[in-house]
Amino acid sequence: MTDAAIRGGSGKASEIKGRSLWDDARRRLFANKAAVTAMILLGLLFVMAIVGPYLSPHHFNDQNYSYTSGAPTLSAPTGEGSTTFYLFGTDANGRDIFARTWIGARVSLAIGFIATAVSLVIGVVYGATSGFIGGRVDNIMMRIVDILYSIPHMFVFIILLVVFGRSGGILNLFMLFAVIGALEWLTMGRITRGQTLSVKEKEYIEAAEAAGVGTWTMIRRHIVPNILGPVVVYMTLTVPGVILIESFLSFLGLGVQEPFTSWGRLIAEGAQEMETAPWMLLFPVLFMAVTLFCFNFIGDGLRDALDPKDR
Amino acid sequence: MLWFGLRRLMSAIPTLFIVIFLSFMIMHAAPGGPFDGERQLPPEIEQNLLAKYDLDKPLLTQFWLYVEGIVTEFDFGPSFKREDFTVTELISQSWHVSARIGLSALSIALVIGATLGCMAALNQNSWVDYFVMALAMTGITIPSFVIAPVLSLFFGVWLNLLPSAGWGGGSLPNMILPVAALSLGPLAVIARLTRGGMIEVLRSNFVRTARAKGLPEGLVIRRHALRAGLLPVVSYLGPAMAALMTGSLVIERIFGLPGLGRYFVDGALQRDYTLVLGVVILYSTLIITLNFVVDVMYGVLDPRVRDSQ
Amino acid sequence: MSSVLSVNDLTVRFATPDGEVKAVNNVSLDVDAGECLGVVGESGSGKSQLFMAVMGLLASNGKVGGSAKYEGTELFGLNMKDLNKIRGSKMSMIFQDPMTSLTPHMKIGDQMTEVLQIHKGMGHRAASARSAELLDLMRIPEAKKRLSQYPHEFSGGMRQRVMIAMALLCDPKLLIADEPTTALDVTVQAQILDLFANLKKETGTAIVMITHDLGVVAGLCDRVNVMYAGRFVETGDVREIFYNPQHPYTRGLLGSMPRLDEIKSEHLSAIPGQPPNLQDLPPGCSFQARCKYRFEPCVEDPHPGLESIGKDRMKACHLRGFSKDGEALQ
Repeated sequence: MTDAAIRGGSGKASEIKGRSLWDDARRRLFANKAAVTAMILLGLLFVMAIVGPYLSPHHFNDQNYSYTSGAPTLSAPTGEGSTTFYLFGTDANGRDIFARTWIGARVSLAIGFIATAVSLVIGVVYGATSGFIGGRVDNIMMRIVDILYSIPHMFVFIILLVVFGRSGGILNLFMLFAVIGALEWLTMGRITRGQTLSVKEKEYIEAAEAAGVGTWTMIRRHIVPNILGPVVVYMTLTVPGVILIESFLSFLGLGVQEPFTSWGRLIAEGAQEMETAPWMLLFPVLFMAVTLFCFNFIGDGLRDALDPKDR
Repeated sequence: MLWFGLRRLMSAIPTLFIVIFLSFMIMHAAPGGPFDGERQLPPEIEQNLLAKYDLDKPLLTQFWLYVEGIVTEFDFGPSFKREDFTVTELISQSWHVSARIGLSALSIALVIGATLGCMAALNQNSWVDYFVMALAMTGITIPSFVIAPVLSLFFGVWLNLLPSAGWGGGSLPNMILPVAALSLGPLAVIARLTRGGMIEVLRSNFVRTARAKGLPEGLVIRRHALRAGLLPVVSYLGPAMAALMTGSLVIERIFGLPGLGRYFVDGALQRDYTLVLGVVILYSTLIITLNFVVDVMYGVLDPRVRDSQ
Repeated sequence: MSSVLSVNDLTVRFATPDGEVKAVNNVSLDVDAGECLGVVGESGSGKSQLFMAVMGLLASNGKVGGSAKYEGTELFGLNMKDLNKIRGSKMSMIFQDPMTSLTPHMKIGDQMTEVLQIHKGMGHRAASARSAELLDLMRIPEAKKRLSQYPHEFSGGMRQRVMIAMALLCDPKLLIADEPTTALDVTVQAQILDLFANLKKETGTAIVMITHDLGVVAGLCDRVNVMYAGRFVETGDVREIFYNPQHPYTRGLLGSMPRLDEIKSEHLSAIPGQPPNLQDLPPGCSFQARCKYRFEPCVEDPHPGLESIGKDRMKACHLRGFSKDGEALQ
């Protein structure tokens, strides 16, 4: 009795149509309630990140000195005789935390995705090449990875950012993407290389070779789909990691600079006022935590879906 | 076995060298030097200062002088910003603070994390399992610099049970909160790794054999499953150390602890080259050493690895 | 006649996200002292799960029904402590994949002596001596030295011998061998089967040989039970079954074995179709989709039960039997 049959999901033998591995994986993923809930939540968060700032009458950098460090309220003074509302309260400069939280969401998520994309591209290309070529080249390439690995990343980020990144605005954001992506590709590279190596040795590659499949088709049809699994899983786990790195750096004052803001900066600002204005810390932490949770659940769900033995 | 160890050692040294080299180059590649930003100094004085610290020599020469100093005398140079101190002095004042907090956090993360992970694996899908997984999820997603102020506020200010900040000469009450905040992240990861490793091992063929032999379940777990199941944790020790070092940067700041982490951040922000480099070298050495130890330990724990080298 | 193992109406069900898998359906069998019983079936027929259930080694989503008695003691519902007194010492099982069935970080010697220490309270020296004795019996050279080696230092065939030796340490009355030679190459297979033959001759241990390979059964077993879709479809003496199979499936199996002494220019005759989906068994006979002798009762009546057609001979089929020329008699 095969393991698969015991654990279910083998499908009806009466259907002659085959079920590809991706179909199987997709079914398992969507059967995973936690993962599906996480995907829905994340979707909502994305929507809010885009739409959120427009839902508030305040621009995220508008300062209202009549109502600083103010609790969430529906009637706050505007200093011009009227009242307005602040759903999440205001910070020490009278800025709307609601708007800032969603702008922060945009920035943090953007950094998360872009840096992950950068690290994905570098890592996959590096790893696949190294694994595919093999031999001495592979050895050397992996040695370089080993060496880079033993440098504590955060220290390098800090040094690089201190040295190069104190400019404000867009340039600073790009620096962040580049710096983080440049160091996070290492694990992606290792995983890709490992996968390439193991796929290279599999019998179906030999079989394909014996059947006369050309190199490019080989890569496209046989190798790439089989490497993708762990890579995709790792990607969904890298994004939250990058968001955490960014928030860490922002906490130290090195990350996102004015005029932009990110969850990390908001949290840093909030942590300082924690005793007197807890809402400043609460909302960014809440949404960042939910986002990170969601990514982790989705990553776990993907991992379970693509390799059920691993549960 | 010895050969295995030696080979590992031989690759560690060039790694360290490259780390030092890269850090050195990056720091010095920065626009602006350590003396910018203060009052404009008259050119001759600036020249003298630069000469005094060898900063007027070509970069590579500076590098060799630096390395020479370290290797022959453990001299990391004078601190550029805190003029009365050498880097070595600053490091020796503060390293024990970070060491105590870091080691305590590591121990707690290992012991509690592994225990929780095992409990979860042995009671899969029970409330114990869900609780551990939830705890792990929290530890992984909520950054230490959020947990730390919350803990400080809750236990320190509101409940007034523990000091909310300060080193207090290393007294136990002062250590509890920082260690707790620092250990949470690695603890969560270790719990997850242990749970995953144990679940997989408990389903393996050799555990099946052990059970088929009629061995009591406790023995099966202790003797056959545990060692194999904990192996992923051993691989994690290196990154755990790195995480603790990174975490210490904020924890020391939040709790006002006079440790290496604080010096590093301050030094980086102030462009105190030598101090920053000194700390980076120290930490890198630690990590490289630890990775070496972990590799060797892995060989001890899994006989298949050592014979395949 | 005293049965060492007596299984009655055993069912095994697995709860899966796609529904319940009925792995074993109302199976009964008896193993007598000193005999060798073969259990033959394809992958997925339930033959392994049947004995995993008996040994108490089912996966966590599995449930048993019915009864299994070792020398009169009911095994299901037995508490762990008492079950552990039986397994490994009175009743042992060895498995299909020797490469992964031994604990990688323990020396072979320790894995063997612990069995003796736990079950017989032997001291370390006595246990080592006995272990070396058994490794010797299994024709592993330099037995003493081997005790301090690790599993990865042994080849596949040797590891299987170690497994067998380990299973025999306490002189069990019953040894269950789950496809012990499937993962090994043919020459090693022959050696291992040889070992089993000697075992049977010299120790009087009852053996259950689970396999899909009829050749293995022919050389070793006294009786054979043929299994399909979780049920026995034919049982009886080995020679009788081989020379006069009475169930279409058995006939199909025998017919599909390539034989060196017959030079045929025809294709290999295989049984058409696929093994059935155990979550969705058809009403009526489970073999109907692949049976060339199928007629109305096979589809409309419930699954045929095992009926006796002679001394110690049973079959589960609506056909009355087969004539000497191979014609199906309805």
